[in-house]
Amino acid sequence: MSLPVHPIVVPPEDVDDPAPGERPAAPAPGRRPRPRRATSWRERLEIVVFVLPALALMALFIAWPVASAVRMSLYRWRGFGPMDDFVGLRNYERVLTDEVFTQAVVHNLVIVVLSIAIQLPLGVGIALLLNRSMRGRGLVRTLIFVPYVLAEVIAGVIWFQLLIPDTGVVDGLLSGAGVTPPDQGFLGTPGLALWAVFGVLTWKYLGLAILLFLAGLQSVPEEVHEAAQLDGASWWQIQWRIVVPLLGPTIRTWCFLSMIGSLQLFDMVWVLTGGGPANATTTMASYLISQGTQRSNYGIAGAASVVLFVIGVAMAALYQRFVLRRDTQVER
Amino acid sequence: MNRGNPATYVIALAVVALSVGPVVYGALNGFRSNEQLATDPAGLPDPWRLENYSAVFTNPDFWRYATNSMVVAALTTLIAVGAGVLAAYPLARYDFRLREPLFMVFVLGLLFPLATAIIPLSIFISRDLQLSNTWWGVALPQAAFALPVTVVILRPFLMALPRELEEAALIDGASRIGVFWRIAIPLSRPALVTVGVLAFVASWNSYLLPLLLLQGEMRTLPLGVADYSTQYSADTAGVLAFTTVATLPALILFLSLQGRIVNGLQGAVKG
Repeated sequence: MSLPVHPIVVPPEDVDDPAPGERPAAPAPGRRPRPRRATSWRERLEIVVFVLPALALMALFIAWPVASAVRMSLYRWRGFGPMDDFVGLRNYERVLTDEVFTQAVVHNLVIVVLSIAIQLPLGVGIALLLNRSMRGRGLVRTLIFVPYVLAEVIAGVIWFQLLIPDTGVVDGLLSGAGVTPPDQGFLGTPGLALWAVFGVLTWKYLGLAILLFLAGLQSVPEEVHEAAQLDGASWWQIQWRIVVPLLGPTIRTWCFLSMIGSLQLFDMVWVLTGGGPANATTTMASYLISQGTQRSNYGIAGAASVVLFVIGVAMAALYQRFVLRRDTQVER
Repeated sequence: MNRGNPATYVIALAVVALSVGPVVYGALNGFRSNEQLATDPAGLPDPWRLENYSAVFTNPDFWRYATNSMVVAALTTLIAVGAGVLAAYPLARYDFRLREPLFMVFVLGLLFPLATAIIPLSIFISRDLQLSNTWWGVALPQAAFALPVTVVILRPFLMALPRELEEAALIDGASRIGVFWRIAIPLSRPALVTVGVLAFVASWNSYLLPLLLLQGEMRTLPLGVADYSTQYSADTAGVLAFTTVATLPALILFLSLQGRIVNGLQGAVKG
């Protein structure tokens, strides 16, 4: 899984907001604050009827499987017969001491760090440059969004073809430029494979970052530029001292989404390398899926799922606590 | 203000070329033969050959995969948008004690990645529901995972709709359900399109759940493309043609509605 289309919308600031709808500043035109009266019987019934299908779907297909993963993680189970060989925390012990899994955690974290260290400055820089007036801006925006719309699998298949050793285009272009490509290809060399995967991910997701930052730049008022220009600031000074800080909330939201996406990485790795060579690109998700489907180690897969989930929630909570908190405070 | 700074155009051109290059490369090489590809990997088609593309369009497997993708994506979208707008409406319009906790359930749902639940989920669908290798077996869980974001986008939109129309209708004796159906739904059509397209494209592109649940003739396009590319890995041009055609529907849908979607998302990002 990768940065999915949707969570662009996560308003993490709202997470522990007691009642966003009742803030006096709530931007709801025509809405007066009103005293809450007792909910009538009829209304309660309507609420239940309205909300029930969604809650039932989520209970059945999200909550129940997640609970089953926790249960599964406490048993040794090969996928058939009753689940009755209770082993306590031994699956966790095995997962956390399995070098393939700890390496997978490292790979996920490397992708998290690289995304923020490389895609963020690249995305912000390109967005700043594209924010100037130019002809065909709409077309440019549409075209840089193309990789994001492709399925990760399809992007992976195309790049797999481009990266084929010797006969692929990338190797061809490199040889043409006098650089010797690696013998086994970028995806086949253990030291390079993770970088190659990261490169393809950057290709796929940079457009989204640029687009989000461009959207954030729309809210920087024009007067700011003019005022700073009158004071004799150069273009770069204006960008660095004024515009980028104003872009802060968008940048922090993007980092959050990128982090969550990097932790769930699966499709691209599965198509490009299958986790190889020699486990050089295994991620937590590819580990648990190969344990669950190819080896029928359901207990191990369950334990790995729980670890993945805990790491994700812990990082989200820390991020919310230490980084996003600032936005909430500033905005109020 | 800068107007048409040459550096801006150079950067824009470079970024566009890098973004679109691989896709265009795939599309162009679909028009070449494998011999042409082998002798000159970076050349243009000469002559242009239509065989690879006509092979895709006459391949019954392609149409099978495309139908499966279409049906699964349509079911996913209908269920997610239907159940989503139903749930978002009382969360936006009714005042009740559990309203915010209930909304929190949907916000928290965003934190559950499919990968965490996938193994038990596929066992549940194939053994308990007997829905493995069916459209519904993929569409139902995909809709469930699309619901949190659907509700999180729709609720603020519904809250921002003016209440007066609905109140007037209620005073005139319309039922709450009638108001929902006749007033709230038509007014929220732009937001419904946004969440609908997001759900559709996510389903069209999804890989993990189909990978574990669908085989043979029930496979969807991403699965078909991945399998085709490993099965016929020697036929590079054929693989590229197949891949190119498989991307077109989502690409067209998304790009034609892009302005709308991006505007919707921008509003959401700004909160």
